[in-house]
Amino acid sequence: MYFRHIEAATGKGGAGSSAELTRRQFLKFTTLAGSGLTLGLLLPGCGPRPGAGASAAAGPLAMPFVRIAPDNTVTVICKHVEAGQGVWTGLPAIVAEELDASWEQMRVESAPAQVPLYRNLAFDPLGATAQLTGGSTATANSWQQLRAAGATARAMLVAAAATEWGVPAGEIKVSQSVVAHSGTGRKATFGELAGSAAKQPVPARVKLKDPGTFSIIGNEKLPRLDARAKSTGKQQFAIDVMLPGMMSAVVMRPPRFGGKVSSFDATRAKAVPGVVDVVQIPRGVAVVARDMWSAKKGRETLSVTWDESAAEKRGTTELLKEYRTLAHGKEALTVIQAGDADAALAHAARRVEAEFEFPYLAHAPMEPLTAVARLSPHKCEIWAGCQFQTADQAAAAAAVGLKPEQVSINTLAAGGTFGRRATPDSDYISEVASIAKATGGKYPVRLIWTREDDITGGRYRPLNYHRITAAIGKDGKVALRQRVVGQSILIGTPFAPLMVKNGIDPTAVGGNAAEQYDLADVHISWSQPQVGVPVLWWRSVENTHMAFSKEVIIDELAQIAGKDPVEFRLSLLGKHPRHAGALRLAAAQAGWDRPFATGKGRGRGVAVHESFGSVVAQVAEVTVSGNKIRVDRVVCAVDCGIAVTPDVVRAQMQSGIGYGLSAALYGKITLTDGHVDQSNFHQYQVLRINDMPRQIEVYIVPSTNSPSGVGEPGLPPIAPAVANAVRAATGVRLRTLPFDLAAARGAKT
Amino acid sequence: MSIKLTVNGETRELDIDPDMPLLWAIRDHLQLTGTKFGCGMALCGACTVHIDGKATRSCVTPVSAVQGRQVTTIEGLSTPAGRAVQGSWIGLDVPQCGYCQSGQIMSAAALLAANPGPSDADIDSAMAGNICRCATYVRIRSAIHQAAQQLSAGGRPAQG
Repeated sequence: MYFRHIEAATGKGGAGSSAELTRRQFLKFTTLAGSGLTLGLLLPGCGPRPGAGASAAAGPLAMPFVRIAPDNTVTVICKHVEAGQGVWTGLPAIVAEELDASWEQMRVESAPAQVPLYRNLAFDPLGATAQLTGGSTATANSWQQLRAAGATARAMLVAAAATEWGVPAGEIKVSQSVVAHSGTGRKATFGELAGSAAKQPVPARVKLKDPGTFSIIGNEKLPRLDARAKSTGKQQFAIDVMLPGMMSAVVMRPPRFGGKVSSFDATRAKAVPGVVDVVQIPRGVAVVARDMWSAKKGRETLSVTWDESAAEKRGTTELLKEYRTLAHGKEALTVIQAGDADAALAHAARRVEAEFEFPYLAHAPMEPLTAVARLSPHKCEIWAGCQFQTADQAAAAAAVGLKPEQVSINTLAAGGTFGRRATPDSDYISEVASIAKATGGKYPVRLIWTREDDITGGRYRPLNYHRITAAIGKDGKVALRQRVVGQSILIGTPFAPLMVKNGIDPTAVGGNAAEQYDLADVHISWSQPQVGVPVLWWRSVENTHMAFSKEVIIDELAQIAGKDPVEFRLSLLGKHPRHAGALRLAAAQAGWDRPFATGKGRGRGVAVHESFGSVVAQVAEVTVSGNKIRVDRVVCAVDCGIAVTPDVVRAQMQSGIGYGLSAALYGKITLTDGHVDQSNFHQYQVLRINDMPRQIEVYIVPSTNSPSGVGEPGLPPIAPAVANAVRAATGVRLRTLPFDLAAARGAKT
Repeated sequence: MSIKLTVNGETRELDIDPDMPLLWAIRDHLQLTGTKFGCGMALCGACTVHIDGKATRSCVTPVSAVQGRQVTTIEGLSTPAGRAVQGSWIGLDVPQCGYCQSGQIMSAAALLAANPGPSDADIDSAMAGNICRCATYVRIRSAIHQAAQQLSAGGRPAQG
């Protein structure tokens, strides 16, 4: 998730500024760190004893975001979940840079759930104090915080060496984790100095490096810290947690959204060997067994009667019909209006009118939702790939009847999330805590959602319907009117009071054409249908659909104008230099100015979009054979500010392209009479290796801006770039996702 | 019922349902958690293990069917192809979330054992049963090619 209007507050300070962490701020951090982590650091008058060597003060230098151990390892305490996006590499890189550490000594561990210390600073402008990973904000909000953390630790190591060696701190150099004084020839490792560094006063100010001197940040060859564990089966995910006496649980949930348990008969389930308990929880009925297989078998025999009086019983066919009516109706909220779009469109000679359909989409992370809970009278421990620790802690506490501070959250690597593990009501965490409570804490319990639970479980990218009318007026200016029809993600959640302004949910309509192009006459409006299907942010959120209709329509306008699609876009990007820069780079690397051999179903298309503070442009080359679309090559240019770990940036662009192509070619959740039609990967198809483009090239726009989003922005341009390429190849307009070329050909005639 | 399983060269006797998929026996009863659950229907490949050297989806293979056969999981992967694949996986930073990668590596190791010089099309065909939602597919292709080259050069894998 991401909230466009907080962008201005996240990391726009410029990388070159020598931001300083004041002593006051540092004390605030350290005081809150608690549990002995930092107390030694702050005790007054605890400087090293005169004449004492490093060994006399052996111990760690422990601070909220970095810990240097006597064994010379440097551990970065990561407040964000690693779900593949690379924070376990990128955040340590920031610390290592300012610390002048060597990469080999870097380690990483998850922070406990603790606000305000580990809150996501990107949400401060909203007044939200939340520890969460979302909106592609992890690097952006940690940038200055972790640079300061690294620089502070470095300064304390230097101060310790200066004191022990009796030399001026200014004469001490640090390189590759060695602290050295050339005059006396003395040197020491971080590990040797850590204990005495911990007794140094915390510097009132630290100076950050000139980005021109960075050697770790921006290093093309920096290996991921988690690659080995993830290539040997050793990486621990929540599903791998094994506690003594632990039981496995699955939950039977209502077959329709909004249903409730009326009654249930557990007789047969309890007779299944291995089943130990069957308990009702607020969201369904849990079957608990000695292993997953027995729990699943038990659930298959469970008989539940559901109260569906408040359940959603419509199917997507009916919903789309209602959405279409709303798209043509008068009732809507104005999102943005400039000039007079109606008048401009009325007088235009040639108009483009188009309607777009976007289905519900499941996130389908490879690790299905899983969490482990261990409950004792005064404590509840949770293990999960938590994406929203603050909410998870509160939800678990509420479920078991403890205070949030009595719930400890162990954030493990998440086997993908794409937004799914951050739910305002912490659905699966709440479930596992409820099961622990209902079974009296007799044993630790691990809840696993099966793939069927995941695909049918809701929290989808909202179904959307867009209606657009656009034209180029006599003066050459573009006029555009767009109605967006789609459920709100935020309304009804605790985020609504903070983020929904004048009734408009920015996660429904952000990234629109009025924001991203220079348009003279524009009117964007939104209708919010009331539907009982739970929806959620899905990798790149509203940009998944807003970028598509925008970039397809702009392309069609270019065609009307008889202009090249890149040149036409550039003519509308005068006030958007970063868009223009990324677009030019992608076009140049793709050889856009050279003739492209069409025929034999070949075509190429382009799209550009800003999301999460970053701009991504992509050129897609496709081959259409019959009704099959094959994407041969994608050239991607990204402006994400300073690329902290360029290889991770490239990986995330590849990932966004693949995840976006999955939705473009296959992704679709439908409902019939309120029942989800798909259940597993045979019906909810996702991109496989044979559909991944053979060639993906990623180019990073050189930048001195602070880092912006990377995990999501690679996704929005791919579907429209491919649709535009298919239109170039075949003349067929793809306006419904996932692409169905046969149906679109039919619609064309 | 007592089931005798030989996993990574070690034979264990387990008192479990003979219909239990090998996946859950390995994970819940042998505590070998490198093999992952992804779909339960042999649709995603996260649970891939080797049975007598052949890549097999453990989520649909009942334990009764593998008695007397050699099961290898990611923890026990030690063939030259397996080590080369793991080395190139680490060297090229293939994993993102990493959850599917045990299955990817087991499939890739079996592919290289059968076909030491696969083309892109061979790779796509052999690996199409393994889903990666992070879409690390471009690097998976590169890593398999790199491991193949390393094996054909007779070189020792850098790591593994």
